[in-house]
Amino acid sequence: MSWYSAHILTIVTFLPLLGAVVIVFLGRERTSSIRWVALLFSLLTFLITVWLYSRFDPQRGGMQFEEMRPWMGLPPVNYHLGVDGLSALMILLTGFLTPLSVLVSWKSITLRTKEFFIFLLALETGMMGVFASLDLVLFFVFWEVMLIPMYFLIGIWGHERRVYAAMKFVLFTMVGSALMLTGIIYLYNITGTFDLPRVLEHLVTSSALSPQAERWLFLAFFIAFAIKVPIFPFHTWLPDAHVEAPTAGSVILAGVLLKMGTYGMLRFCLPLFPDASREFAPVICVLAIVGIIYGALVAMVQPDLKKLVAYSSVAHLGFCVLGIFVFRPEAMEGAIYQMFSHGVSTGALFTLVGMLYERRHTRLISEFGGLATSVPVYSTFFLIVALSSLGLPLLNGFVGEFLIIVGSYYRHAAYAAFAAAGVVLAAVYLLWMYQRVFYGEITNEKNRILPDCDLREKLILTIMVVVIMAMGVYPQPFLRRMDRGVTSIMLRLERHSLLMTDRAPVGRVGGGR
Amino acid sequence: MIPLQPVDMMRILPEIILSVFAVLIMVLEPFVATAQKKLLGWMALLGVLAAGGATARLSLYPWPGMGPAFGGAVSADEFGFYFIYLFLLVAALVILGSMDYLQRDHAQHGEFYALVLMGTVGMCFMAASTDLIMIFLGLEISSIATYILAGYRRADRLSNEASLKYFLLGSFATAFLLYGIAFVYGLTGTTNLLGASAQLSEPSQWTTFAQVALILMFVGLAFKLSTAPFQIWTPDVYQGAPAPVTAFLSVGPKAAAFAVLLRVFLGSFSSASALTFWILWVSAALTMCVGNLAALWQANVKRLLAYSSIAHAGYVLVGVTAGGSRGISGVMYYLVAYALMNVGAFLLIAHLAGAGERLVQIDDYKGLASTRPAVAACLTVFFLSLAGFPTTAGFLGKFYIFRAAIHSHLIGLTILALLNSVVSVYYYFKIIVAMYMDEGKTETAEAVLPWPVRAALVVSILGIFWLGLAPNGFMGLSTLATMPLLK
Repeated sequence: MSWYSAHILTIVTFLPLLGAVVIVFLGRERTSSIRWVALLFSLLTFLITVWLYSRFDPQRGGMQFEEMRPWMGLPPVNYHLGVDGLSALMILLTGFLTPLSVLVSWKSITLRTKEFFIFLLALETGMMGVFASLDLVLFFVFWEVMLIPMYFLIGIWGHERRVYAAMKFVLFTMVGSALMLTGIIYLYNITGTFDLPRVLEHLVTSSALSPQAERWLFLAFFIAFAIKVPIFPFHTWLPDAHVEAPTAGSVILAGVLLKMGTYGMLRFCLPLFPDASREFAPVICVLAIVGIIYGALVAMVQPDLKKLVAYSSVAHLGFCVLGIFVFRPEAMEGAIYQMFSHGVSTGALFTLVGMLYERRHTRLISEFGGLATSVPVYSTFFLIVALSSLGLPLLNGFVGEFLIIVGSYYRHAAYAAFAAAGVVLAAVYLLWMYQRVFYGEITNEKNRILPDCDLREKLILTIMVVVIMAMGVYPQPFLRRMDRGVTSIMLRLERHSLLMTDRAPVGRVGGGR
Repeated sequence: MIPLQPVDMMRILPEIILSVFAVLIMVLEPFVATAQKKLLGWMALLGVLAAGGATARLSLYPWPGMGPAFGGAVSADEFGFYFIYLFLLVAALVILGSMDYLQRDHAQHGEFYALVLMGTVGMCFMAASTDLIMIFLGLEISSIATYILAGYRRADRLSNEASLKYFLLGSFATAFLLYGIAFVYGLTGTTNLLGASAQLSEPSQWTTFAQVALILMFVGLAFKLSTAPFQIWTPDVYQGAPAPVTAFLSVGPKAAAFAVLLRVFLGSFSSASALTFWILWVSAALTMCVGNLAALWQANVKRLLAYSSIAHAGYVLVGVTAGGSRGISGVMYYLVAYALMNVGAFLLIAHLAGAGERLVQIDDYKGLASTRPAVAACLTVFFLSLAGFPTTAGFLGKFYIFRAAIHSHLIGLTILALLNSVVSVYYYFKIIVAMYMDEGKTETAEAVLPWPVRAALVVSILGIFWLGLAPNGFMGLSTLATMPLLK
């Protein structure tokens, strides 16, 4: 077992790719074996991520399950993997959503099935690698490589404007990563290493970075992540990509890819550039709040269900960014928790919208009405997921949003007030949508004869709803594991803020719940 | 008159072998039946392999060792060998990719292979020469061979235009180079780089006159490098020339001109760095922008790749501008990566174009992924590598160049280059979109690729991933190869 636990992250990262290679050798027409292989490999990966997360020691600080071996000689780039409570959770999320995406695509992907599952599994490898990498270049490699399968998923299996949306997604991300690569190499020139822990150590112990340089480097990294999240002025690629992507693509996009932005902020921006982070924090918090309110308002007026969910993502991710940049431990934990729970609830919402689209081939709210009588099971699932998304207590959305609002209150009461208004608006657009789609009389005859969920769909939705409820009732196992990671980020921020005076008192880390 | 030494002959053995094979092919050509002309291709390949063996013999064994030959006209050193290997690789891939192409287009003649070999000889001399006159001779030998090759499809109007345009503008440019050389001779009394650099070793010695000489030489080279604003000929020539020849043109002469640029501007005349720095900076920035922006509007794949190759010359120039051991080794690494991906792409395009090269529009690639998935996948790898996605050679090439540039504090130029490579994603992906996301036309070229082409593709794809995933060995070689310049 020791060999496995020593290489567990490599296995988690490359097992999906192995699955993709297996599918390459399967005949094009053997679609059902292709599906089963994809499911098998993604399930296996998921089981390993569960094992990884359960074996993760919440008491130990620093990185766990580390692996390190040299990759390139000059300049030295290492194959350095490792997880803390934050990345372990993201790996679990990736592992959880991929088999569900395979199941979601079980029947809806009939065209070029082989390529679809190859790309889906390759994408999983890219995502796992992003979360597991502790070397800046390795991180960048996975960050970029992951674009290609996502590009094809949107571009080939998407809807009408798929080519445009896929291209926009790639170009937006790449502009950001161009800046980030410059920043990475510049950082290497100062510190002489690409290894994240050593870069950190170097920056902590020496004052090699001038405030000016730190500001520019912060921006180079931050813009790359802000585009990915997306934070308010950079968000325009998101509705296009979400609406055009196939259901599985939307699930992964909302569930995991957006989290890469917030993950990058927590992993790179804050620890590497604490002073610049503090300096820019007020602006970023305001942008996050603008995102919350704007996303909610735009979601409210969408005629298209998928667009509504897409804009709700802008709002929810605004919460995450706010939670990160108010620099309070409970808010940061809330943000991380919200990253996971948004992945599950929005993944579930996209799945539900996808199921409806498969039945009616439209996503316009005005086409529906009174579905509660014709598809009662589906409606119940939808209600639970919508409630979780709007942050009903005892469901997963509440925990994160609550912690974020509490934390931001300590920073500035207005932050908390606006964020709370965002929660109310979320209730408005989700419930109003639910009312228009599911209640009332059946206005369209086509809706009367819709089939309700079949066994596969029930399976997918049950799993998601169980997770949603479990996370809402008992968040402790997750929060416990992120304590040490959050503490170390907070310490790093504080060490550099001793000179600042306007700081609110920091509460007990990880306590108070 | 220096007496002829065996050591001298040994040190140019690769070039001698190539020339002998070229002449031999010309002599044998009338005796080979039309159906058997492929044999001459195999013979040329044998010549390339023999030259490779000779280079290996020279670079690995103590005798005759590294050093000057023919009184300092040529130098057998790591720098030259690195480029000779590169040219031999390009020649081998092009020969493999041309044999069936020529058969299909009924242009199977021995001269083709002889010209490729002669062009390679010229390029090898450009990389190995340490005398300006010798460099000029190398440039002329390779140019004349490629002028003819560009017009090889005699019945085709565009091919004729390409040849003539290349010839006229090319001779005009070499005149600039020669004029610059004459200036240097006038200033220093020698054309030998060692002698001339000894007399121009201080920045203060670069008078206006000397600077004019430098600029004239740069203009001459810039034509071969196709850097802006001397790139006007490139799209027409690359589009008109037969696709395998374009593969050769877009890599070989360009790399050879870069070898000269490195040896002369960064090696011998490094004391003029204040002037060369700005020349290089401006042409790097211009070349990248012109190449990438013009490529956005192209509908013809060959023309698109012509502009892309201009852009790539711009990226390489960023590395040259950065200079130093990091910059030079980055440039040399990039040139190998670029050779693999560009030759690979052009060879595939040559075979997809069908008889008479009719299918070279982006629209002709529609639906290729469903009819020929393996071919589409190969082409995608080449384009992703050209666009610089990680795990391919193209990414690490750019990475090394940008590392050198940031090390030399060229942050603005680096950001410009990176944004340019984002732009390039758009036009490379245009072809990928056509292949994977548009509904297919039914008309495609031959159903199967001839196996020599497959061999060339396998070599280039394996090379791309090898350089992209396990760069240590190659980076070591290219660092070693910078030694002679930085002594």
